[in-house]
Amino acid sequence: MALIRSSSPHLHKMNQTGHVMRLVLMATLPGMAAMTFFFGWGTLINVIWASLLAVGFEAAILKWRNRPVGFVLRDYSALVTAVLLGLALPPFAAWWVTLVGVFVAIVIAKHLYGGLGQNPFNPAMVAYALLLISFPVEMTRWTVPFVMIDAESSWSVLSLFDTLSLIFGSIDSALIDNYTGATPLDALRHRGGLTTEEAWRQVPVLADGIGAWHAVSAAYVMGGVFLLYRKVFTWHAPVAMLGSLTVLSTLFFIVQPDYFADPFFHLTVGGTMLGAFFIATDPVSSATSNKGKIYFGIGIGALIFVIRTWGGYPDAIAFAVLLMNLTAPFIDQYTQPRTYGHAKANRGMKGDA
Amino acid sequence: MSVDVKKITLDGLWTNNPALVQLLGLCPLLAVTGSVVNALGLGLASTIVLLGSNLTISAFRKFVPGSVRLPIFVMIIASFVTAIELLMQAFTFELYQILGIFIPLIVTNCAIMGRADAFASKNPVSASLLDGLMMGVGFSAVLILLGGMREVLGSGTLFADMQLLFGPAAESWKIVLIDDYSGFLFAVLPPGAFVGMGLLIALKNIIDGRLEERRKRQTPAGPTETQRVRVTG
Repeated sequence: MALIRSSSPHLHKMNQTGHVMRLVLMATLPGMAAMTFFFGWGTLINVIWASLLAVGFEAAILKWRNRPVGFVLRDYSALVTAVLLGLALPPFAAWWVTLVGVFVAIVIAKHLYGGLGQNPFNPAMVAYALLLISFPVEMTRWTVPFVMIDAESSWSVLSLFDTLSLIFGSIDSALIDNYTGATPLDALRHRGGLTTEEAWRQVPVLADGIGAWHAVSAAYVMGGVFLLYRKVFTWHAPVAMLGSLTVLSTLFFIVQPDYFADPFFHLTVGGTMLGAFFIATDPVSSATSNKGKIYFGIGIGALIFVIRTWGGYPDAIAFAVLLMNLTAPFIDQYTQPRTYGHAKANRGMKGDA
Repeated sequence: MSVDVKKITLDGLWTNNPALVQLLGLCPLLAVTGSVVNALGLGLASTIVLLGSNLTISAFRKFVPGSVRLPIFVMIIASFVTAIELLMQAFTFELYQILGIFIPLIVTNCAIMGRADAFASKNPVSASLLDGLMMGVGFSAVLILLGGMREVLGSGTLFADMQLLFGPAAESWKIVLIDDYSGFLFAVLPPGAFVGMGLLIALKNIIDGRLEERRKRQTPAGPTETQRVRVTG
């Protein structure tokens, strides 16, 4: 949680979970606004629909588990999960995709493990990974940014009403084909025989639409910096994650620029920034100590690069985070800080030399 | 030595169910339960092998030296598995191809080996036969339940392709529960099997808990004995 380790005085203002979660919700607003601006109403509808579902599921399962419903609901953690999932889903994801996702996130990934604070995996990422595996068609149908649809009109996103009927009604494939296309990551991955440079010039989403992803990433960074400033999390995990991703992609880019994408591309497309500031910093499922968070972040960054470059799925945040969630208890075991007054930190398993 | 029919039956089907309590034979259990027909096919094959191996091992139990009993059991089980494999190849060839490696792998199914060592090698033939049947039925029931769950969730049908096992007449058994279902790939893939299995075990534990509570309410008073939870087979 917001336990920033510091020297005395140890008297702090009580930092309640609900307060922290509200700050996180606030910090997602710039990203949400940017997504809505570039990709249309779908993101906003997804986030609202996911939030409603999350509150519903959370209340239902709390009641079933005989827990105080009102008290736990007020910690806003279900809302944070829902908002993060809503932001990660493609803007035109059908209503039932979100429904399955939120169910898995809240009921299976969170409450079956014992509720907030007990879940070994980030609930939003569990849901995202499950959806990506289960519904590959729906989950890869990403919207193109409005700048690519019609250069003449100023803001040519699909109207609010049409988006609603697309998400909650039947799928109109003609309409969808007009407004959806490959994401930059997808485009660069399936670029045929083109070199990176040729792809940048010829593939439309890379040539014209990439700015939208840059802007969305910048908006997430804004939210992240705000949270860092309010000391909701420390810099360790995001900086380590972005750092290792940058270092690895730079190394490969220098060796073979025709084949590998440049580091700036890796940092600014897909979910990198959302992952770095909102997912990797999850206090429950990440490593605990500052040193542990650095290892945790490095692992995520390296895995993102590996999965994006050689893996079967275009984006890799969810898989990388889940894999590192698995290692978090292990990292904690070996990075326990030295207790004041003890010469040596109490690290590793008992009996280790 | 009289055969305690009720206890053996209850053990195999519920209290000591090979899949839900002993957690043995999980590899085929998780791998082939994508549909009811696969589950039923493997369940039947395992049950027949279990019956045969229990019968043989029990009949020869007095001649088998304790120090080499495991290799002997493996030989007996393997010969039954080979027979089943050839039979399936002859009569249900398509199902044989679908189940593939998991038919020969019945040899390594710990549930069968476990029953051979824990029960058949110490009990008379009639009891061992009953034990084999009940354990086999208990194992198959879980397989079929899991297969049904995953088939409904994964492809929206139930009892599809039953003709592979019961001949062309069974083709019409297929029930389409949801028309135009776009498929839930997660349920068909191995992770779905793990989650489904976990839910089934949880369900059994809930039912056990309820039964225990009811029993306690009916017979109050007296110091209760603490019972250890059995986690492995």
